[in-house]
Amino acid sequence: MVSEASIWAILLLPLAAFVVIGLVVRPFLNRYAWVSGILLIIALAAALALSVLTLDAVIRSGEPHFEGRQWLDVGGAVIELALLIDPLTAIMLVVVTGVSLMVQIYSLGYMRGDPSYARYFAYMALFTASMLGLVLSANIIVLYAFWELVGVSSYLLIGFWHERPAAAAAAKKAFLITRIGDVGFLIAILYLFLQGDRFAAAGLNPFHIPDIWQAAQPLAAGGAVLGGVGLTWLTLGIFSGAMGKSGQFPLHSWLPDAMEGPTPVSALIHAATMVAAGIFLVARFYPVFQAAQHALTVVALVGGFTALFAATMGLVMNDIKRVMAYSTVSQLGYMMAALGLGAFPAAIFHLVTHASFKALLFMVAGNVNHATGTFNMRYMGGLWRRMPLTYALVLIGGLSLVGIIPFAGFWSKDEILSAAWSDGWHGGGPAALWAGKLTLVFLLTGVLLTAFYTFRMIYMTFHGEFRGGAEQERADLAAEGQPNTGHLGEVHLAESPIFMWFPMVLLGVAAVFSGYLLNPQWVEEFGIPKHWITEFLIEGLKSTPLAGVVHLEVPAFNRWMAAVSTVIALAGIGLASVLYLRRSAASKDPLEAIKPVHALLSRKYFVDELYEDVIVRRSFYNGMVRAVDWVDRVVVDGVVDAIGLVSRNLGPNFLSRFQTGEVQAYGVALTLGSLLILLGFLVF
Amino acid sequence: MTLESMMIVAAIMFCIGLYGSLARRNVLVVLMSLELMFNGVNLTLVALAKYVVPVGIEDNIAAVLTGQVFAVFIITVAAAEVALGLGIVFAMYRNTESVDLANATELRN
Amino acid sequence: MLFQDIVFWVLSVLAIGASLGVVLVKDLFRAALLLVVVFIAVAGFFVLLSAEFLAVVQVLIYAGAIAILIIFAIMLTRDVQHGNLPNRFQIPAATLAAVLLAVLVAVAVDTKWDLLAGQAQSRAQAVQTSAVRTLESPGDLAGLERAGFATEDERTAAQEAGLADLLIGDFVLPFEVVSLLLLAAVIGALALVRPR
Repeated sequence: MVSEASIWAILLLPLAAFVVIGLVVRPFLNRYAWVSGILLIIALAAALALSVLTLDAVIRSGEPHFEGRQWLDVGGAVIELALLIDPLTAIMLVVVTGVSLMVQIYSLGYMRGDPSYARYFAYMALFTASMLGLVLSANIIVLYAFWELVGVSSYLLIGFWHERPAAAAAAKKAFLITRIGDVGFLIAILYLFLQGDRFAAAGLNPFHIPDIWQAAQPLAAGGAVLGGVGLTWLTLGIFSGAMGKSGQFPLHSWLPDAMEGPTPVSALIHAATMVAAGIFLVARFYPVFQAAQHALTVVALVGGFTALFAATMGLVMNDIKRVMAYSTVSQLGYMMAALGLGAFPAAIFHLVTHASFKALLFMVAGNVNHATGTFNMRYMGGLWRRMPLTYALVLIGGLSLVGIIPFAGFWSKDEILSAAWSDGWHGGGPAALWAGKLTLVFLLTGVLLTAFYTFRMIYMTFHGEFRGGAEQERADLAAEGQPNTGHLGEVHLAESPIFMWFPMVLLGVAAVFSGYLLNPQWVEEFGIPKHWITEFLIEGLKSTPLAGVVHLEVPAFNRWMAAVSTVIALAGIGLASVLYLRRSAASKDPLEAIKPVHALLSRKYFVDELYEDVIVRRSFYNGMVRAVDWVDRVVVDGVVDAIGLVSRNLGPNFLSRFQTGEVQAYGVALTLGSLLILLGFLVF
Repeated sequence: MTLESMMIVAAIMFCIGLYGSLARRNVLVVLMSLELMFNGVNLTLVALAKYVVPVGIEDNIAAVLTGQVFAVFIITVAAAEVALGLGIVFAMYRNTESVDLANATELRN
Repeated sequence: MLFQDIVFWVLSVLAIGASLGVVLVKDLFRAALLLVVVFIAVAGFFVLLSAEFLAVVQVLIYAGAIAILIIFAIMLTRDVQHGNLPNRFQIPAATLAAVLLAVLVAVAVDTKWDLLAGQAQSRAQAVQTSAVRTLESPGDLAGLERAGFATEDERTAAQEAGLADLLIGDFVLPFEVVSLLLLAAVIGALALVRPR
């Protein structure tokens, strides 16, 4: 067992780091800003140690239960500050603190020399603390508060270089689009609040997450408070919050723009943890979702479609971070699809492996940027000679992302694909079955595209001849008469300092081994039991009130599916090799040959144009705003004008006659009034 | 001589003062009428002090003097009022060569 | 009692008649002199009401200072002989004053006053008349004893009761405010009549 204090410490250590950095180091000791990085790293290392202890305790002695502390008592609804420690939380704690620690070590090198060094680490600490709070809270209101805090810190970090217009715009866009999803989440919470009486009748708290799980279960399991259409809309509301955070179609467009933030931020927030919060949210409410089959179908289709849709856009991007960004959206689509298909453990498994290899890939992008001064892959090339270690790591990360045996991504992605193939889905009708098959097609196509864009990225960056880096790009921009937006750095082709490659090596090790070791498929390995993570998570779901209700089985390793996905992935790699490996420096991108498709993809399916032009400008400005404007001019101004007209005419034409200026006239009126009051007082 | 008769005399003085202050054009007469009203009020207060049981008499015999204290305050305020009122009359007379209130209508409308 | 009643009636006729004269007489100077008559009649009332101190103050301030100021002001203006003219509010003002008088008389007569009983009234009178006089001689104490202050404590309390004590005791705040008002009045009067 772990003590409650040590679990609170996991949350409070980064928070304390935030407070100390924000209130002490930055205002008073900004000359010693490097202290802030060290502080945060120490805090996170302690938090990681405590998280591992917590995970160990959960494995050994089951879920600890702690009494909540009452925070608010609003109209019969009690809001508690409570901890929810189940296997899902325990795993997420380790992932968040682990990746965050790696990223902070990396940031020590990457952010060196930045004038706002302390501010950067303060934001990072705030983000990590809010993410941990989100993972830990057992109350949906508290969870929502941390959820929005995560959004705020993401906003602050995307706009970290706020002097760049593009970064400020991206931060705003990310904030607004995720807010759209959050409205749905908020409505879901309000729906729970409205159901408070029914929850109370069943002896449940409408905001306590395990109680919500129970409320969605059939009567036999002591639930049946939620059900029918209301349950479906509740789950869809929660899912819409998850869509916003996890960048699922159609709320995906903020994530690629979010790459304007510093690269370690992208690695931590927009690859490993925050965007995974959406997955976590659905997983957190998985027992509720399971009772709403229609919602699950929607989750599966949205996830599957996003996996394919984002991957197509990744094919043509020239900015290395944007390729990663679309890859992230696509991989999140895989996780979402897994959740929708009923493979809840597979989704979390993929979340864990993805966190390691995608954070690694982003750090590679950071290294490459450090060396070449640009993110534009057209000005890179041939870097493998100068940066062999980075090259090795990008191969590991890339192969893991593509899903080649034995790298981590293979095992988790394979589990998702097997779930899509099998009828791992319970109680769905024919429509759900067909949706499952459609999702499988999406996912398999996604594997091909993933392999292609990953290796296109590797070839363009590390193979061929070096194409000049930032210096060349600056010259080209000047030749085209375009302004230099100031994001280009200096070129010095070399490996990065130890701070930067040390965490990368650790993540690389995780990207190789975590897949098999977390979930040994055949026999027990190094004391880790067979199908460890899957069974661990399933056990977590079967907590007392849900025992016998949650149907999840441990999928067996599907040889055929593994073979098919490997073949598809290899085909993608082969295609990329044919097209990009032997390409000369001067030639164009082969994909540009298919002009309309290339244009469609590189303009991101015109989704941004759709949002800004059609939705914001046409419907919002011309529709709603015009209506509001009419109301304002005719109704509101009309009332104001009428009041003005009345008083303007009442004064000179009527009231001013009484203003004779004679003192005694006023005196007479005053006496009359007093007399009337006096008489009234006496009579009544 | 009773309380009622005393108060009736005071009321008559007050009302004569009221009539004078409302119905006379000369600002000096108005001032004098105001003095009449003050005196009516003072008379009432002192009469009440003599005849009526005051609040707090059980604790302090000095409570029978409360009405007289009020009268002292009113006399003081009346003195101040006359000083200012005559000042205003002088200012008005200096500007318009008149003490007629019917002509002093600059604040009309 | 009879003597007091006679004095009361004489004073009443004097005060009311002089008040009417103040308002109705055409000659302003005579109106001002009648005002002095009113003030002195009121001072007489104060003596009747056993407020000797106030009677003295009334004569000093009203009949002395205020009346002289007003006469002074009257002499500075023109048309003194025919200065007191009615304005156009004569009828409404008379009506209002009459109605108000009716109401006040009705209230005065109709109210059930909580009157001081005979013994208490003589005590009150003793305190009121002695309000500004130090009571130290044995004769005064005997007077107090005759007025109904039986015990030593009561006599001490009656001795110590005075207007000045009230003014700087219970009424100290209004007292200070009035002093401020007087200061403001002085400054205001100076500002008003200052030549520019």
